Amino acid sequence: MNMRVNWVALKTLYIKECNRYLRIWIQTLVPPAITMSLYFVIFGNLIGSRVGQMGGFSYMEFIVPGLIMMAVITNSYANVASSFYSTKFQRNVEELLVAPVPNYIIVLGYMGGGVSRGVMVGVLVTIVSLFFVDIQIHNMAVIISMVLLTSMLFSLGGLINAIFANSFDDISIIPTFVLTPLTYLGGVFYSMSLLPEFWQNVSKINPIIYMVNAFRYGFLGVSDISLFNAFGIVSLFVVILFTIALTLINKGVGLRS
Amino acid sequence: MKALQITGLKKVYKGGVEAVKGLDLSVEEGDFFALLGPNGAGKSTIIGVISSLVNKTEGKVEIFGYDIDTHLELAKSQLGLVPQEFNFNQFETVSQIVINQAGFYGIERKLAKVRAEKYLRQLDLWEKRDEKSRHLSGGMKRRLMIARALVHHPKILILDEPTAGVDIELRRSMWTFLQDLNKQGVTIILTTHYLEEAEMLCRNIAIIDKGIIVENTSMKQLLKKIEKETFLLDLPANSEVSGLDGFEYRMIDDHTLEVVVAKKQSINSIFAQLSQQGIEVLSMRNKANRLEELFVELVNQNPQNPGAKS
Repeated sequence: MNMRVNWVALKTLYIKECNRYLRIWIQTLVPPAITMSLYFVIFGNLIGSRVGQMGGFSYMEFIVPGLIMMAVITNSYANVASSFYSTKFQRNVEELLVAPVPNYIIVLGYMGGGVSRGVMVGVLVTIVSLFFVDIQIHNMAVIISMVLLTSMLFSLGGLINAIFANSFDDISIIPTFVLTPLTYLGGVFYSMSLLPEFWQNVSKINPIIYMVNAFRYGFLGVSDISLFNAFGIVSLFVVILFTIALTLINKGVGLRS
Repeated sequence: MKALQITGLKKVYKGGVEAVKGLDLSVEEGDFFALLGPNGAGKSTIIGVISSLVNKTEGKVEIFGYDIDTHLELAKSQLGLVPQEFNFNQFETVSQIVINQAGFYGIERKLAKVRAEKYLRQLDLWEKRDEKSRHLSGGMKRRLMIARALVHHPKILILDEPTAGVDIELRRSMWTFLQDLNKQGVTIILTTHYLEEAEMLCRNIAIIDKGIIVENTSMKQLLKKIEKETFLLDLPANSEVSGLDGFEYRMIDDHTLEVVVAKKQSINSIFAQLSQQGIEVLSMRNKANRLEELFVELVNQNPQNPGAKS
């Protein structure tokens, strides 16, 4: 099929996905803004004022990039996991499967929807954070590219989760038991330099530490991890997860009997 | 040209259930084709394979010459599918569902809107275009699936029990719609449990049972195979039939006579004999659709069935 046909199909799927989360904005956009406001008040203002400096910045300044990234990660993941699983559950994934839509377009379309929600929530949380702290920008290109790569990665993660899921419980297991611990241990609330050397090395297995640190670099100009490593690892994960998602859909795992 | 060509199709599900056992089937362009069979015969599996919703185990499927193994996207673009179960997004509006489906076939939004309006009007859904699909009645949901399947102008339309649970009036209007569509050149493959529907609409027929074809012929040829028909005659109350020479008969109640008429026998003879006995026939009807009797007979003869009659 020609590129124009594929482009129209991709555009349709992307708009459909965006309409979905915008239609239910009270469930998709408002909760992260409220949750992050609570984090800012409790960890930033109340507890943060007693913590003092972290990495040369006030605790509030230090955690803002991490909290924005946390919102981006959870929302990108949840968007695709929930949307794709609902599509499977209602069987309207068949609308896509019977149409001449190449499988890579399906992956890109869902990933686009997840990235879009992740970025939108990221912007909302950033706006909320302005009520608590004056945000400085050190490198806008790093901020934008890392937020895009991160939301791509977790959208693909959500898609893979939804492909395997057989019930709504299955799409909450990974976020609860894997994603949340990794995020909390991913340097959102502390600098890696506070950890003993052994745990610093263990932390490097956690991909979220690379995203949070690179993103924080974009705001504050400091990072526990080299930017080159961070972009390299996150990009590598995006490629790997994209390939896995595409292979699973090509094989019809969870979609075709 | 063959609209559909299936060769040696086999489907074995996980767990070893062999739903389709080396099936060959072809449907000519422009045909109105019935795919009949009892529940679990393999009809939906065959449709699933044709529309790429089910992975085949073996065999070859070509849609207008495009092999689904080598030219899947081209094969898919020829096909419109109306599945048995409602499978649209319950939270989207009627027009969104049709317009989005057009988009998946690469149709730009402007043209998609024009086509959506055309088919929603034809299927009496235009007034409901802004309603969420979950608020539609069962009949409207069926028509929505037809509009969705037609929006990309497929050359072949497959309908899996499109009139299941639909009232008689609506069923007849859907028949007219499908007949008009077929006259415009769209090849139609229909599965149904209403044999009257298949007899009225379809020119050719395949009867499937236990994953094999037990009959594949034209409707005319099939109807010629009917050896006997059973009629019910309404008589005045308390009628006593003393005999009907040459006919197998029985009184169902005091005013209903059931008579089996062989192909070579004349119905006039029944009327004449009853008239001689002073019994008036008030009305007469078929006990069941004539194709139904033949269908049951053919399925019973399938050697795959335990206790099959040969």
